[in-house]
Amino acid sequence: MKHAFLDEYSGLESPVHRLDPRAKLVGLVALIVVCVTTPPNLYTAFAAYLGLEVSLILLSRLPWRHVLKRLFIVLPFILVVAAFIPFFSRGGGSYNLGPVRVSAHGLLVLWNVAVKSTVSVLAVIILSSTTPFPDLLRGMEKLKAPRLFTSLLSFTYRYVFVLVDEAQRMRRARDSRGWSGRWLWQAKVIGHMIATLFLRSYERGERVYAAMLARGYGGEVRTLYLYEFGPLEIGFTVLVTLFPVTARLLS
Amino acid sequence: MHHRPAVEIKGLFYAYPDGTPALRGVDLLVDEGESVGIVGPNGAGKSTLLLHLNGILQGRGEVKIFGLPVVKENLREIRRRVGLVFQDPDDQLFSPTVFDDVAFGPMNMGLSREEVVEAVKRALGVVGLTGLDRKSAFHLSFGQKKRAAIATVLSMNPDLLVLDEPSSNLDPRARRELSELLQGMKVTKIVVTHDLPFVFENCERVVVMDEGRVVADGEVFSVLSDEDLLERHGLELPYGFYPIRGENGSAAKGRKERKKVEEDTAGDI
Repeated sequence: MKHAFLDEYSGLESPVHRLDPRAKLVGLVALIVVCVTTPPNLYTAFAAYLGLEVSLILLSRLPWRHVLKRLFIVLPFILVVAAFIPFFSRGGGSYNLGPVRVSAHGLLVLWNVAVKSTVSVLAVIILSSTTPFPDLLRGMEKLKAPRLFTSLLSFTYRYVFVLVDEAQRMRRARDSRGWSGRWLWQAKVIGHMIATLFLRSYERGERVYAAMLARGYGGEVRTLYLYEFGPLEIGFTVLVTLFPVTARLLS
Repeated sequence: MHHRPAVEIKGLFYAYPDGTPALRGVDLLVDEGESVGIVGPNGAGKSTLLLHLNGILQGRGEVKIFGLPVVKENLREIRRRVGLVFQDPDDQLFSPTVFDDVAFGPMNMGLSREEVVEAVKRALGVVGLTGLDRKSAFHLSFGQKKRAAIATVLSMNPDLLVLDEPSSNLDPRARRELSELLQGMKVTKIVVTHDLPFVFENCERVVVMDEGRVVADGEVFSVLSDEDLLERHGLELPYGFYPIRGENGSAAKGRKERKKVEEDTAGDI
């Protein structure tokens, strides 16, 4: 069965794709931090952040369709919450749009939420679409993220779709035997399916552990890191960190 | 000649934590260089026995691998020398990429970076998966997964290769490729399977297990031609499959030799 992977397009060839994940992690997280701490009325600073991200996307040759699609999956959740603020907020001046009063302060809050979430989500899209997920995890490990956390994510990445497929097969088997899902007493079946799925996962966990032991596992997942933090990486990190800082100080 | 034992098992008993007995006194001797099939009905204890070969399970009795008793101090060395391939490749391939999976064993052995990369390259080359190292196991076909699972132990350079149901769920072409792959590997092999023709093709010797014991042990052709024995232990050759003795006295291997023997004997019947 086909699934949309988190790191779609991470296999492309581009200068951004080739960078050590650590450089991208540090640089883009720095960009997000600088962005969210910028006062909302420094409009040129936000233009600079977005400009930087647009150039990175161009440089990485990511299809715009993909970037926008991802952006529009995440943004609505944030914007739906913020969209009502201008109508209910008091303070600042206000504008009259026919019968509706819109507060200027509220508009600034909306702009603040909208632009900061756009910049942040774009940064994450750039990171996840130019870095294969396993490499991202390795990068996090190299940056001293807790091993327990990265191992957990790594197993999730490997098995989440195995589990989804298993659930899918169970559902087909259930529906093939005339399950309609219309009656309350049929709800019990769903409970049983969840329990079965849990048991199967538990047993798989035991088998995977045996397979790890069989290959000499001794409590520590050792992995090879195939990237090097070279001059390009240093350049990237400095640029992506310093550019927004400068833009913010100047505006 | 090979006469050093690879596996020595004497009086092995094992019961699962809930008390169900799985092995009730297994004796088995496998010499270096041998290729042995283990067959038997479901629940005969075949897979349980395999898990004793590298100390994942430890029962009562004596188990020695290449002369080393399976005890805690030797586990590291034994697990390097015994390559255990599990039945479900999704259990064996637990890393985010094929490369990481094949590198897992060598990394645990403490090899250097160059040695690991080299071992992975070689193992993937042997199983014919060169170039797929950056893929997630999830994106491989089932046959490719099976071969990747074998690569994960080949990269550790094992002296004994142990396979649990290697041919299950494979389509005929993938099964043939696997068979050829195994025949090309000159290490000691133990194969647990229900696929009796696969045993004919890949093993010289077969061990029949039932209810936690070894009930027959001998040359493939004579054991698997014994219909009464097979029937007593819930086994049977596939319908329409009749083993033929090849030139060297054991079972005819492969379609070509079988055909040749059939042609040679056609006039006699």
